[in-house]
Amino acid sequence: MGTRVFGEPVRRREDGRFLTGRGRFLDDLGRGALAAAFVRSPHAHARITDIDVSGALDVEGLVAIYTWEDLPGRVGDPLPLLIPHPALTHGRTGYPLARDVVRHVGEPVAMVVAHDRYLAEDAAERVHVEYEPLPPVVGIEAAARAEHLVHDDVPGNVGAVLVQETGDAAAAIDAAPHALEFRLSIERSASTPLEGRGVYARWDADDGSLRVYSSTQTSTSVRAAIAARLGLPNGKVEVVAPDVGGGFGVKIVHPWPEEVLVPWAARLLDRELKWTEDRREHFVSAAHERGQVQDVRVGFDDAGRVLGLDVRIRHDHGAYTPYGIIIPIVTSTQLLGPYKIGAYRAEVTSLYTNTLIVTPYRGAGRPQGVYCMERTMDRIARHLGRDRADVRAANLIQPDEFPYDQGLLFQDGRPLIYDSGDYPELLRKARELIGWDGFAAERAAASRGRRLGIGLGLYVEGTGVGPYEGGHVEIDTAGRVHVSTGLTSQGQGHETAFAQIAAAELGVPLEDVHVTTGDTRRFGYAVGTFASRAAVMSGNAIALACRKVREKALRIAADALEADPRDLDVTDGVVHVRGDMSASVPLRTVAVLSNPLRYAFDEEAAAATQFAVGRPATEPPVASGEEPGLEGRGYYSPVRSTFASGAHAAIVEVDPDTAEIAILRYAVVHDCGRLINPMVVEGQIHGGVAQGVGGALYERMAYDESGQLLNASFMDFLMPYATEVPRIETGHLETPSPLNPLGIKGAGEAGVIPVSAVIASAVEDAEGVRVDAMPISPDDLHTLRLRAADDPSLRVREGARTG
Amino acid sequence: MEERFEVELTVNGTPRTASVPARRLLSDFLRHDLGLTGTHVGCEHGVCGCCTVLLDGDPVRSCLMFAVTAAGHEVTTVEGLAAPDGTPSPVQRAFRECHGLQCGFCTPGFLCTVTALLRENPRPSRDQVLEGISGNLCRCTGYQNIVKSVHRAADLLSEPAEPGE
Repeated sequence: MGTRVFGEPVRRREDGRFLTGRGRFLDDLGRGALAAAFVRSPHAHARITDIDVSGALDVEGLVAIYTWEDLPGRVGDPLPLLIPHPALTHGRTGYPLARDVVRHVGEPVAMVVAHDRYLAEDAAERVHVEYEPLPPVVGIEAAARAEHLVHDDVPGNVGAVLVQETGDAAAAIDAAPHALEFRLSIERSASTPLEGRGVYARWDADDGSLRVYSSTQTSTSVRAAIAARLGLPNGKVEVVAPDVGGGFGVKIVHPWPEEVLVPWAARLLDRELKWTEDRREHFVSAAHERGQVQDVRVGFDDAGRVLGLDVRIRHDHGAYTPYGIIIPIVTSTQLLGPYKIGAYRAEVTSLYTNTLIVTPYRGAGRPQGVYCMERTMDRIARHLGRDRADVRAANLIQPDEFPYDQGLLFQDGRPLIYDSGDYPELLRKARELIGWDGFAAERAAASRGRRLGIGLGLYVEGTGVGPYEGGHVEIDTAGRVHVSTGLTSQGQGHETAFAQIAAAELGVPLEDVHVTTGDTRRFGYAVGTFASRAAVMSGNAIALACRKVREKALRIAADALEADPRDLDVTDGVVHVRGDMSASVPLRTVAVLSNPLRYAFDEEAAAATQFAVGRPATEPPVASGEEPGLEGRGYYSPVRSTFASGAHAAIVEVDPDTAEIAILRYAVVHDCGRLINPMVVEGQIHGGVAQGVGGALYERMAYDESGQLLNASFMDFLMPYATEVPRIETGHLETPSPLNPLGIKGAGEAGVIPVSAVIASAVEDAEGVRVDAMPISPDDLHTLRLRAADDPSLRVREGARTG
Repeated sequence: MEERFEVELTVNGTPRTASVPARRLLSDFLRHDLGLTGTHVGCEHGVCGCCTVLLDGDPVRSCLMFAVTAAGHEVTTVEGLAAPDGTPSPVQRAFRECHGLQCGFCTPGFLCTVTALLRENPRPSRDQVLEGISGNLCRCTGYQNIVKSVHRAADLLSEPAEPGE
């Protein structure tokens, strides 16, 4: 094997085009295409009584206007419920264009096609829709009260009741020496990639085929959905995810209404058609996440060990449930974190509201679960007057207890069994990195009047969920290695990380490897990029494909070198006898030999023609069981997820007058098994923490009682700038996964998961008031101070503050 | 018919002309009329900074400006930051070295902002860097490596020119 590439911080191969403006994002394509714009509902809940398009018809450049009534057959069917689950007894999805009733602001009502986007918006403005407003259901409390219904046929607004249970939690709590009961809440945020969604479709009428570009996290599944809706075979639909400007979960939802309508209209009109989402559309018509209210009962012993935990969660899933109840499943399972909980019961009630749909955003339910568990740990510590880190330590699963079965069913329908980890070491490192044990002295030494606080949080993250991913590897006659995999990229550096894997497995220079992702023309079988699964799933699939190709290369080279394949090795793209570089054949020549030819199209190829190759005349040119070409395909399908883990800690300072919260230090210790590229992993952690900081201090979806999103712009929805994100200190632990050939675990979501829990813990510590609701703004904290002044039960016991 | 106006301006050193309606944003003009799609549009209300270009050397939000207003001016976009022979600028090199980008969507705006920032202040302090890039949003990097990239670019700019990377 050549220079070590696996595990090295090699620079990214995708950067060249991004740094020079040569990236190909969705809206960079289709310059001559027609443009679509959408008429969207201004009401949260209303009956459509009339749609009058006549005012729009004389707009210059108008091509077409469509409403639901124009959609034929399956095009107009309700969108699919992507992940059915027995507990989702009342799943509902919307129509591509609203039929009779709209259930959230932003729901598409009509599609306008014109020569450019300006003109399409001109026409969309002139489409007159008459609505009869219906009472809106906004917020978890209103949904649960169910005075009004989001869907007439869904009683109580309850879409699903999911129960996860191990042991008799109620009995364990009743029998425990100590018990606490409290309520926590966490608000909505959203993925908010800087590039919104977008679809661009080209119909080839002669060929009867469709090419669709979509800013998606799953091109193969978008293809299947479009093919089904348009009545085309998969083979006549190509879907390409071009460069995608961030996803963070929201772009895994599919097919979006626009992903059905744009290809459909492109075929109908026989014209190229493109829709590029604008920022306001993204706020009101893509997806949100996070919002939950959690009622917790916990029983524990004198050491703080949890003997029973009963959590009732009310989860706001918005107007429809296209992505099923994945978030409730993830919250209720990943809530357990790195801890051994005596008996556990979680009941999640997933509720309809007249607000935007709720689907996974980086973390996908884990931030809420971890928030719940870590706030509980802090409560226990305060109650007992014990150190918060010590209480956590008392509950940790120990390194010799793996595989550890939590006794629940995870989001992949498989048992929640942790494969490996070292949680005590994570906690130790995090304490050390942040200076946990010295903090009391630090605080005492700080000048009078300063309010400093420290917090921490641990998490376990199920990553690399199945069912499978695949990889294809081909070495061509110029020695180039072409790697493709079906899942998609949104900035994770897959072109680099997958090339590192291929270079290491094949023994070729990194520069020779070229990676394609998310293009159904190159690889048709895939699931998608979500749940921190790309490196685990496609990484291992590509490694397996490389191993096949390598074996094949060695067999062919062994023939040519008259050697035993077992004595051969590959270094820098050359197959050679181990320890003897003189007996060698380059892979590019092996590629020539792998494909017996009749016709020589160049000098290289001449070596493979029938009068040049010296295979015995008694044997076929392609040996039995072989295939032409130096290529191979591999699939990786895990029995279950692999579990990454981490511990975060922070020191905050709160302004006694303005209640502003500043994060002075932020420390992360994480374990995602073997690292392919530590630079890329660290970048993922950084980005996740920044989103976590946004979710903890700034970001919330401010719906008013009528269901209007009041802050649907970047002026009002506050995402952190560089000035809001602290310097992030990181530490690493590498506990390989025993489940996959490369020993890796996912890293994509890790950074974001415990941040709200950690900041809540630190602010509570700084202020001495209970923090039960996140995010926390200066305004919220100010209110909390006023309430705590009158209500001692909101104050954290002074004596336990430092512990 | 919407009235159209001839817009003549210099983009990345090349005189360009196009006929556009008065309401055409400079960002759309660059992207759709001139085909310079490196300039990205993230919010169209002047907050995210993805569409930042240099107008006569100063960073501006091209989504907050009409193309007709830019007539007669000199615009530099991300496509014009490298040397004419394609050698990346020190800012471009620094972002690559320091992993200052992930999805690449906000990157052109940052590159333009930082290019102007370092021209103004070749040796910014950490606080000056944070302040200098505080008008650009990035959702991927948590800004850690962007800050690092700016300092690295300052180092590279102060070094005597070397051929290539």
